Amino acid sequence: MQMKATFSERVFDVVVYAVLLILIVSTLYPLLYVLFASFSDAGQLVANKGILWHPLGLSFEAYTSVFKNPGITTGYKNTLFILVCGTVLNLIMTALGAYVLSRKDVLWNNLFMGLILLTMFFSGGLIPLYLVVKGVGLLNTLWATIIPFAIGTFNLIIMRTAFKGIPDALEESAKIDGANHFTILFRIIIPLSMPVIAVMILYYAVDKWNGWFYASIFIRSRELFPLQLVLREILIANSTDSMASGASAGDRFQIGETIKYATIMVATVPILCVYPFVQRFFVKGVMVGSVKG
Amino acid sequence: MGKNRVIRDFKLNKLLYLMILPVIAYYIIFHYIPMYGALIAFKDYSPMKGILGSDWVGLKHFHDFFSSYYFTRILKNTLVISLYSLIFEFPAPIILALLINEVRSKTFKRVAQTITYMPYFISLVVICGIITDFTNADGIINRLFMLFGYDGQAMLQKPELFRPIYILSEIWQRIGWESIIYIAALMSIDQEQYEAARIDGATRLKQIFYITLPGILPTITIMFILRMGNMLNVGFEKIILLYNPVTYNTADVISSFVYRKGLLEFGWSYSSAVGLFNSVVNLALLVTANYISRKVNKSSLW
Repeated sequence: MQMKATFSERVFDVVVYAVLLILIVSTLYPLLYVLFASFSDAGQLVANKGILWHPLGLSFEAYTSVFKNPGITTGYKNTLFILVCGTVLNLIMTALGAYVLSRKDVLWNNLFMGLILLTMFFSGGLIPLYLVVKGVGLLNTLWATIIPFAIGTFNLIIMRTAFKGIPDALEESAKIDGANHFTILFRIIIPLSMPVIAVMILYYAVDKWNGWFYASIFIRSRELFPLQLVLREILIANSTDSMASGASAGDRFQIGETIKYATIMVATVPILCVYPFVQRFFVKGVMVGSVKG
Repeated sequence: MGKNRVIRDFKLNKLLYLMILPVIAYYIIFHYIPMYGALIAFKDYSPMKGILGSDWVGLKHFHDFFSSYYFTRILKNTLVISLYSLIFEFPAPIILALLINEVRSKTFKRVAQTITYMPYFISLVVICGIITDFTNADGIINRLFMLFGYDGQAMLQKPELFRPIYILSEIWQRIGWESIIYIAALMSIDQEQYEAARIDGATRLKQIFYITLPGILPTITIMFILRMGNMLNVGFEKIILLYNPVTYNTADVISSFVYRKGLLEFGWSYSSAVGLFNSVVNLALLVTANYISRKVNKSSLW
């Protein structure tokens, strides 16, 4: 029974849509600006004093320089290594922990859970962690960005809640057929929890892809730098010079500007292409995590 | 209870204990040993002597910190930035969720969500790179201001602009993502309540205040408690990417200070003392917030 929309209702609608539109534009425009600028002609871009609505001239020069930069390519390689190994380790460890902690009659589970929860609210701090990483010999290896972060406690809790929601009957019948816990976890529990696993993969992978801080304190050798550390040098410390070699000083500055934007695109587009496909799981992932127990 | 039960449980759940062994080992090595390592806050740590061998100095580092010129500065900055983000950033995703909830077109809803989630997936380094570039003296933001007759200025060199830049970009990046949890809460509100309210002639604005907001209040409370527990954990990764000595006065927070003193200037023990102080205050804040919330409106973390 749809009632006739009154004047005030219509005003309400207009305000809602207007605010959302403003938000959408202000979210999107900075990214469009970067996109346009990355394809712009360097000279025209630097001379431009207004707002950018389209690429100024069309030039792929910046992208060629970016892909020719050895730092970017090794950075990509290192990041892919961290991403793949890290996410796999994260998933295995989180699933193992979540599975055991979701069992009902394990004597020490409460103690384990307490120990794990406490780490969410209290930590030894940055320096002691650094000393441990150094102590176990991980310093200056790619594994230093993987092993010390093998489990995200919050993710562990989300996965545990999801596993708890699976009916016991399924496992009971598997047990009667002689399945052990490994089989139950990998053949029954995980296939039944795909939405949560998908969200976990996304959370962990984004973390690995975007992580830079711990790499910056644990890794010294340049050839081990992940992509984000290379980006930091280019974007924040402003050193595009090496990439624009062969150009005169003035040109170099101009090309440097477009190189920055092209670098941002190259480092950002892959992840922006992935998340919309997992988006329908987001709400579900959050819901599962927010149920207490 | 007793020995028998322990043995029986172990026999029955052997495989489960084997499975959780790597998990427990991980937590001990990378969480509990660092907690033990925080002892160096009470010692004069030297890498040669190790944690155990270094000399005890008691509360010397804490004393040094509390009486130093930095103490008030970084405590104030941390609290002010936290407070600003509590006032401006915390409500933003709630408002966004309410707005999205009022949209009837499914497509528009989806587009709005997909786009506002996007910045969350952009790395911090890139975000800070964009901020640095846009706030340059001839960056796009200054060009906009110049249209209205203002002079261009390198905004990140202005101590008074650091916090607004920090908070605004925080909202820009997180508003969509943080709205998800509220959207999830909104979906579980009983639709019949709206039906009844409409029959009683309640406007949609009234419905928001009398049905929707109360409906998601428990979620808001939980998020608020978590936020309180993190009052002193201002995102230092972003700060150390954006600040510089010119803006330390408004930008330097506890965690960025710990990072600088400990890892750049090798004041291991001093820096650990500051970090420990931070952890303890955080824990206290969280417990307090949880206690108050349990008394006031019955939703709490534990």
